[in-house]
Amino acid sequence: MRYSLASLLLNALSGQSRWSPAWRSPEPASHYDVVIVGGGGHGLATAHYLAKHHDVGRIAVLEKGYVGSGNVGRNTTIIRSNYLLPGNTAFYELSLKLWEGLEQDINFNAMVSQRGVLNLCHTDAQRDAYVRRGNAMRLNGVDAELLDAEQVRAFVPFFNFDNARFPIKGGLLQKRGGTVRHDAVAWGYARAADQRGVDIIQHCEVTGLRVDRGVVVGLETTRGFIGAGKVALAGAGHSSRLAAMAGMRLPIESHVLQAFVSEALKPMIDTVVTFGAGHFYVSQSDKGGLVFGGDIDGYNSYAQRGNLPVVEDVMESAMALWPALGRVRLLRSWGGVMDMSMDGSPIIDKTPIDNLYLNAGWCYGGFKATPGSGFCFAHLIATDQPHAVADRLRLDRFAHGALIDEKGVGAQPNLH
Amino acid sequence: MRLPCPYCGERDSREFINRGDAGLKRPEADVEMADYVYLRDNPLGWHKEYWLHTVCRTWLVVERHTQTHALGTVTPARHERVGS
Repeated sequence: MRYSLASLLLNALSGQSRWSPAWRSPEPASHYDVVIVGGGGHGLATAHYLAKHHDVGRIAVLEKGYVGSGNVGRNTTIIRSNYLLPGNTAFYELSLKLWEGLEQDINFNAMVSQRGVLNLCHTDAQRDAYVRRGNAMRLNGVDAELLDAEQVRAFVPFFNFDNARFPIKGGLLQKRGGTVRHDAVAWGYARAADQRGVDIIQHCEVTGLRVDRGVVVGLETTRGFIGAGKVALAGAGHSSRLAAMAGMRLPIESHVLQAFVSEALKPMIDTVVTFGAGHFYVSQSDKGGLVFGGDIDGYNSYAQRGNLPVVEDVMESAMALWPALGRVRLLRSWGGVMDMSMDGSPIIDKTPIDNLYLNAGWCYGGFKATPGSGFCFAHLIATDQPHAVADRLRLDRFAHGALIDEKGVGAQPNLH
Repeated sequence: MRLPCPYCGERDSREFINRGDAGLKRPEADVEMADYVYLRDNPLGWHKEYWLHTVCRTWLVVERHTQTHALGTVTPARHERVGS
């Protein structure tokens, strides 16, 4: 059923009895033309754009848990495209443009809210870096505004501007950035893909990849063998384990990133702000909870929970920036397992094994990339050619030295 | 998480810095260097890794389970054969 005012009224007058399930729960077929491993945001977006823009035959998405149980439901919902380096800027801008048209495209209210993303700077050197990044963005057709201290004060007056150690000297604002309701992204893409005939198979874990003379031919799963013309890996957090099933090692370590939400409060902040002197960023959800996060824990982890030192670090940073939070109670915290790539940038590429495609290494920036990642991955799977804006996100860039290292810290995943 | 330093006893994890996989062996040949620098096994399970105890400045090789954070052997790195 298409969601519309008419469908709302019809169900309002019929006791909400005419809704149909948002997607089917089909039994897996014995063979698909394309099998996408991972029913998170990227996998479902890939399925949607494959079915919508390309003619590749039957498509399935395999999800080991349920739709929305992984990182797509565990992030802090921020979207933005404020990147400096070639290879990232155009890609994330495509993604942001897709966000802007997403709800009409998938007929689902994902609550896309372009409330702005403001990066604060606290030193002259940091401001210089923001000037450079803002100029790079504008040269690439991305919106960016440099604010001085007074403009920041007018925009978000409630911060501690007179902190002796971390005075707020200004900020880089991307007004088109903002937040999106992350669960709705997973559900919306799942529903849209399902309506175009994609089989979404939940509770189906891939346990092995069957490779015959350098060509992938199918997958061993907890629900039996599934043959496949092409296999596309989008299992963020566990990409190394999937690749190992095909005998590959990846330039990736899995790390845990924590996020937090406070009790529900009256509206306190109507934008997204990142603290430039510590690991802390904050926005407010429509339910009223302040959503914030910080840095990764810093060691390999497949546990969907973090440890206390990072909790303390985030809270200290929060208090330094915004002392009014001192009496706010923390409601929940959680952790997500992410692919930390060796240069901090993602991979959308073919692999040395024929018909096996890889979408991995999103670090903690995967949510904002969801539509762009799905769009470019679908293009790669269907045409065997990288999409123009993703042609630097290659797997072999590490061997060739063509790294995309936004932070410039080298091959240390726990520093990105 | 608390890590047992052989010299200082069990200490809070914030006294330590992680430096990743301790199973990598620096290759002789240049062509293998990119793999050494960038590729990782990244296992779900037991993992041998370097930790620096910043208090006593000792490099340790710690066996840790990457899902449960359970600890196995902890030895000073100088007693370990590199890449073993």
